[in-house]
Amino acid sequence: MSYRIAIASGKGGTGKTTVSVNLQNAIANQLTSAVLLADCDVEEPNDRIFFPDAKVASQTKVHQMVPEIDTDKCTFCRKCVEYCEFNAIVVLPPAGFAEVNASLCHSCGACSVACQDGAINEKPVPVGEITRMDTGVGGGLAEGNLKVGSAMQTLMIKELKKSITEDYDVVLYDAPPGTSCPVVETVADVDYVVLVTEPTPFGLNDLMLMVELLIDLDKPFGVVINKAGLGNRDIYEFLNEQNIDILAEIPFNKAYAGKYASGDLLTDIDPETTESYLNIVKSIEERYLQYEGSNYFKW
Amino acid sequence: MKEVTILSGKGGAGKTSVTAAIASVAENAVFCDNDVDAADLHLILNPEVKETHTFFGAWVASIDEDKCTNCGICKSHCHFDAIHYREEGGLYINPFQCEGCRLCERVCPVGAITSERSENNFWYVSDSRFGPFVHAKMGPGEENSGKLVTEVRRKAGEIAKATGADFVINDGPPGIGCSAISSVTGTNAVLLVIEPTRSGLHDARRLVELVNSFKIPLFAFINKDDIIVEITKEIERYLTENDIAILGRWGFDTNIVESMVDKKSVVEYAPGSETTRSIKMVWEQMKAFLEVGKVVGS
Repeated sequence: MSYRIAIASGKGGTGKTTVSVNLQNAIANQLTSAVLLADCDVEEPNDRIFFPDAKVASQTKVHQMVPEIDTDKCTFCRKCVEYCEFNAIVVLPPAGFAEVNASLCHSCGACSVACQDGAINEKPVPVGEITRMDTGVGGGLAEGNLKVGSAMQTLMIKELKKSITEDYDVVLYDAPPGTSCPVVETVADVDYVVLVTEPTPFGLNDLMLMVELLIDLDKPFGVVINKAGLGNRDIYEFLNEQNIDILAEIPFNKAYAGKYASGDLLTDIDPETTESYLNIVKSIEERYLQYEGSNYFKW
Repeated sequence: MKEVTILSGKGGAGKTSVTAAIASVAENAVFCDNDVDAADLHLILNPEVKETHTFFGAWVASIDEDKCTNCGICKSHCHFDAIHYREEGGLYINPFQCEGCRLCERVCPVGAITSERSENNFWYVSDSRFGPFVHAKMGPGEENSGKLVTEVRRKAGEIAKATGADFVINDGPPGIGCSAISSVTGTNAVLLVIEPTRSGLHDARRLVELVNSFKIPLFAFINKDDIIVEITKEIERYLTENDIAILGRWGFDTNIVESMVDKKSVVEYAPGSETTRSIKMVWEQMKAFLEVGKVVGS
């Protein structure tokens, strides 16, 4: 069983992708080459940008099953309307009209159960695709990419995870920003969460929301402070008061920001950055050793 | 009344800093934080809350173990893999995975499942030094953020009408999913805040595609335009090719972070700066567009 780690943040732009890409590289160098990176930020997947030489290994379309109502069979009883909690079905008996609004449909299947007349058939509607790539780092990259206009981000994340059937030692999930359902879906099954934050009031506010969520979900976590040196010290006070582990501090560096900007994170890594990731890997290794499914001797 | 939504696709591009700066220069406007699941604008606007409302979130089902016969019918019907067997036997529903469709409740032959609506989301009507402000706080892990966005926008619009405000200014969420869609539908214009990074451009392209699908006028603002000149050029090319006017730009300016720490907008913190001058120009142009439907003198 793979040891699963989510990289999350609450606030966007704190460095989830930077940490994910670097952490996979550091784990591949230090611990095990059987480390897969999965980009769960399906609305805006960016990990691929940092692997310009990546080769696509496979591509799979993901569909949502959306019901269609056959008005020849429909008796306009409106039972499906009553069952649908998402107000996605309109049935107008006098007009002989019955239709499903695909953009409101959550694909729960309730209407199919409701219908006694065999008038509902589910048809696949594309919501995005999953791409597996060989990147030359560890086990490569698995990316979920939501189709623009689709609101089914949670389904995409679920399908991305299901598509990873091989047994890796470690799987890293690069999470979307925020604290709502797509983030919950990403961290739901992980063994550990790396929270990436920045020492600014926005960073602290959103970190506090994430800490609250992870405590609710009963997930162990540690914090990486990115862009250290910017902003103020409030975040350190908070982490200290709450007794939360600081896994590493990555100093703000305009030259490094430029490397990120051009999509280049993995060449000529400076010693300070290398050191930061070594510290994170060390903490993760300690955790992994306590993990039941670990196969440490293989390493 | 005209409405504008500030978006970026990518998180951390500077939406909230730009919104706060615009809030300092826009007159007769109502402000609305559409980033309901990691709201930050209140940290700068420092609102005085006048009304607190509960937003009833999605239904969440749970199983009464005394009634449950472990038949597993609910589990076989659940499309969200939210129903699980306990190690010690018996079925339970993971509230974080439950989508709130209530199908399990309907198919349970012994009536062991009931649903309740989450009451852990709030939205507020506040006063701020810049004008009325509508904002929200979602409980962590809650669903339906799109519906909450629609709710705060509805209220902001209502206040604007009632008070005769000219504008509603929405600080949007990151991404392109349900909450971004809810913040875009029916707005009069979108201001795209874009940072010159490969990720920033990639994410902006997807947002442009989304906004175009709603046929909403789109303008751009380049943040930190001096991080890396080649990519700024590439972004300018992309925007020009797609007929998206650039209303202004900021260089990397430590005043922006310092103002945030000081709980001020950058306009208040550094009134004489180039950063402030630039945002004033942006708002003048946006205002002109909203008022007369075209951009003057950019």
